[in-house]
Amino acid sequence: MNIHEYQAKAILRNFGVPVSEGHVVYNSNSARDWARRLGDGPFAVKAQIHAGGRGKGGGVKIAKTADEAKKYARDMFGMTLVTHQTGPEGKIVKRVLIEKGCNILDEFYVSFLVDRATSKVTLMASAEGGMDIEEVAAKTPEKIFFEAIDPLIGLCAFQARKVAFKLGFAPAQVKQAVPLLQNLYKAFVEADCSLLEINPLVQTKEGNLLCLDAKLNFDDNALFRHDRIRDLRDYDEEDPMEIEASQYDLSYIALDGNIGCMVNGAGLAMATMDIIKHTGGEPANFLDVGGGATIERVTEAFKIILSDKKVKGILVNIFGGIMKCDVIATGVIEGAKQVGIQVPLVVRLEGTNVDLGKKMLAESGLNIVSADGMADAAAKIVQAVQAAG
Amino acid sequence: MSILIDKNTKVITQGITGATGLFHAQGARDYGTQMVGGVTPGKGGTAIDGFPIFNTVEDAVQQTGATASVIYVPPIGAADAILEAVEAGLDLVICITEGVPVLDMIKVKHYLQGKTTRLVGPNCPGVITPGACKIGIMPGYIHKPGPVGVVSRSGTLTYEAVWQLSTRNIGQSTCVGIGGDPVNGTSHLDVLEMFENDPATEAVIMIGEIGGDAEEQAAEYVKNHMTKPVAAFIAGATAPSGKRMGHAGAIISGGKGDAGSKKAFLSECGISVADSPAEMAEALLKIWQP
Repeated sequence: MNIHEYQAKAILRNFGVPVSEGHVVYNSNSARDWARRLGDGPFAVKAQIHAGGRGKGGGVKIAKTADEAKKYARDMFGMTLVTHQTGPEGKIVKRVLIEKGCNILDEFYVSFLVDRATSKVTLMASAEGGMDIEEVAAKTPEKIFFEAIDPLIGLCAFQARKVAFKLGFAPAQVKQAVPLLQNLYKAFVEADCSLLEINPLVQTKEGNLLCLDAKLNFDDNALFRHDRIRDLRDYDEEDPMEIEASQYDLSYIALDGNIGCMVNGAGLAMATMDIIKHTGGEPANFLDVGGGATIERVTEAFKIILSDKKVKGILVNIFGGIMKCDVIATGVIEGAKQVGIQVPLVVRLEGTNVDLGKKMLAESGLNIVSADGMADAAAKIVQAVQAAG
Repeated sequence: MSILIDKNTKVITQGITGATGLFHAQGARDYGTQMVGGVTPGKGGTAIDGFPIFNTVEDAVQQTGATASVIYVPPIGAADAILEAVEAGLDLVICITEGVPVLDMIKVKHYLQGKTTRLVGPNCPGVITPGACKIGIMPGYIHKPGPVGVVSRSGTLTYEAVWQLSTRNIGQSTCVGIGGDPVNGTSHLDVLEMFENDPATEAVIMIGEIGGDAEEQAAEYVKNHMTKPVAAFIAGATAPSGKRMGHAGAIISGGKGDAGSKKAFLSECGISVADSPAEMAEALLKIWQP
């Protein structure tokens, strides 16, 4: 789960991490009011969307006065912000953060993430702050420093010091950096983050360290123990169909193609998308219907797939493990009837009672094409969609 | 012979009184696995469908002689269940539970260092040695005893590979589902090492996914140490960057872990890589004949 910058900063503030003073607003008048309360300018006016690269798209402005802050905020509200992380459709700005400006002397990059190779949380830092870290990693990997963290001991002061010296801090800033980094790690662990990124961390001309931006991603599997974080979820930032699907325990991700997929199991679902592409088609979605392909779930899955108007055909690929194929066939037939599917439907079943399942599909009176194996299924649906033009 | 489990393996089920735990304990028993009991704190001394229940893993091990455990405990208690099983000295712990917090697994992984217990999972279908022992949620009937080892991050995709083998009358030595999470107990590499040392295994199918570099590490091992032929498939060629496809591990980030580069690297290491998931068995048959 992702949250907004202003929410991330509020969490970090609670852990004693220095962040800019500021307030989120929902209209331009309050932008001016809050700017005035923050004192003299300049102010940072920052569009709050769940994507990076906002500055380049016009989502971050520096206002000299409160009136200017209002003007910039007014321009931002309702605008569709397109960045390299939003996709071409962009995101509509509904919240704006007004912050007190600061005098930046230098910018740094700091993040914490789970490193699969070491199975440890790792601190990653670079003096190349404010840049896209993936670009730094690709061009100058030697400029990124790593520190793996022992899960029982946590981030030691010496480790934080080591990183701070590598970043080139003077002793006065190293002294600030050590608790700052340790508190960031504490926030990461206590909030069950999957990523905590500060880009940039700045040193002001007055010599203070400050987190100018903050990005927190949370481990969805741990949200059960974080009610207050779960409440921060912003449904406006998510695909409405993905939200709908999650309510039925279906894992759905929309893609750009025209062949809808319904599959059981994440790996098989990915592989089904792959084989459609391999056969010359384009998958419209990833959809894992899970182990229990019941009538209700299959029906909901069909509805979600068909709500994507690009879909010109559907491939159902179910490997009946524990669940028998005749039961799955019943779910598919009833679901197809209830939804009234008008596009070609190819069904590949495998597992116990597969012959009975296929017979039921054939005798259902519905326009369902049975397939033998994944390759046959992909060929049939790609052909049907191409024929439908 | 086989790896990890055989007909002598005695298994207890942690979380046996839950619907899922009981259902799969019964399924494993029907398959012929020695399912010797279960653990549900507070229900010790009772029994469910003939399975004796114990309050702690320690009790269960002492009284049944179990050497392996399978865990169906919900995510909130799964990590604790693993630790309890390790502490009780079991040789093998298989955690089926999906949705275990990654920071819990980091602690578990740390705790496992220096212990003799092998953890498989979490978020996995389990392990099966066809005809001898089934621990987990996979459908037993699709498997056949034979010479091919299968290792995979994905459940249903493993069944697909097994099915392709069995319908060609090629059996499996052991099939291991290592799970789709970013931090897990057993890696592709660990399982390949076991297959290399197992006389009953002649060839291996490895099924990977986008994300991380576990498949690449396994491929290095194949190149430098493995004498047995290995075929592979990598799922997720069509997955967009940054989107999580069901499995927490299956995510491409920072341009790393995409299917194309994985496939190319595996091929360089002498692995026969299937371009399509329908061709996993064929990819193996290109380099090995039963």
